Amino acid sequence: MNSAVKPDITSAIAQARRWYWQRISAMVLALCVLVHLGVMVFAVRGGLSAAEILGRTQGNWAFGAFYAVFVLACAAHVPVGLANIAREWWGMGEGAALWLSRAVALWLLLAGLRAVWGVVA
Amino acid sequence: MSDKLHVKIWRGKAQGAFVEYEVPRQDSQTVLDVVTHVQRHLEPSLSYRFACRVGMCGSCAMTVNGQARWTCRTHVAKVVDGRGRLEIAPLSHLPVIKDLATDMSGFFDKWSSAKGQFKGTATRHDEFARVQPDSPERQAANAGIECIGCAVCHASCDVAAWRPDYLGPAALNRAWTLVNDVRDVMQTERLRAVAGDAGCHSCHTQGSCSERCPKGLMPTLAIAGLKRKVARAAVKGEL
Repeated sequence: MNSAVKPDITSAIAQARRWYWQRISAMVLALCVLVHLGVMVFAVRGGLSAAEILGRTQGNWAFGAFYAVFVLACAAHVPVGLANIAREWWGMGEGAALWLSRAVALWLLLAGLRAVWGVVA
Repeated sequence: MSDKLHVKIWRGKAQGAFVEYEVPRQDSQTVLDVVTHVQRHLEPSLSYRFACRVGMCGSCAMTVNGQARWTCRTHVAKVVDGRGRLEIAPLSHLPVIKDLATDMSGFFDKWSSAKGQFKGTATRHDEFARVQPDSPERQAANAGIECIGCAVCHASCDVAAWRPDYLGPAALNRAWTLVNDVRDVMQTERLRAVAGDAGCHSCHTQGSCSERCPKGLMPTLAIAGLKRKVARAAVKGEL
């Protein structure tokens, strides 16, 4: 009975670290989401068009840096929660859940940074 | 108040069915009184567990109308619906032995796995340890020390259902009281035992354990404390 609940300490430390990163990234995300919403409300006052957005964002490296941080925080935060959902609700094993979450993290990172590059460069 | 209760009670093991009984309604009647009436007058083979009847021993917890409760201190008036219906089942997330009695051994094995035992160094020849009652550690330990081991928190925890190896709120609450015991010398070992996805890091902070604990304890708070402590130790490489 006891062997089932005996902790594997290497993976336990990794799990603790993942939790820690999820928590730190959540703090970053909370800030990013507030700024993002604020900027959106401000930006759409005079109507919204692709040309207007690009006019503001192209060459704006501060804007690019902010959204790059946003993407990084997402790529750190999402996989930890996704791996939990995959294990607890979809019944996946730990290894499979971890690889799924890593793949999603990579996709989020690439797609997100590509989008940031697309509006800034 | 109708003078009869319509009581459905689980009969069987994991496979089984609810059987309905009619029980006379009385003033100040507890759910345990109802189960006892059924066993003594209607169904002698009904299995259930109780001992103290005053909320100290933690043995009479059952699922009453869908919620885990201590039955000896749950008044019928508090849980019965307008038509006098009660549904009584064994606790969730524990193997059913028979009827309303669950196998608690896995539940208590988890306390042991979470290093729920105190380990000190003092002998009978040493002076008593002096612990300031108002120190933060003692206050934190006091907050969780009154657990009676009824498993209501465990039965109310979704994570305990999703992850069978999860130590659960009761074992983690016990570990937290010892983490805050300044006399205990098994601290690193205990943090290792409660770290990770079988331990505190799986808790989603839904708070059902704290909501349902009949003693008003807050295992959620204890688990949050363990998460902080373990994460700090992991980052510093002390685990």
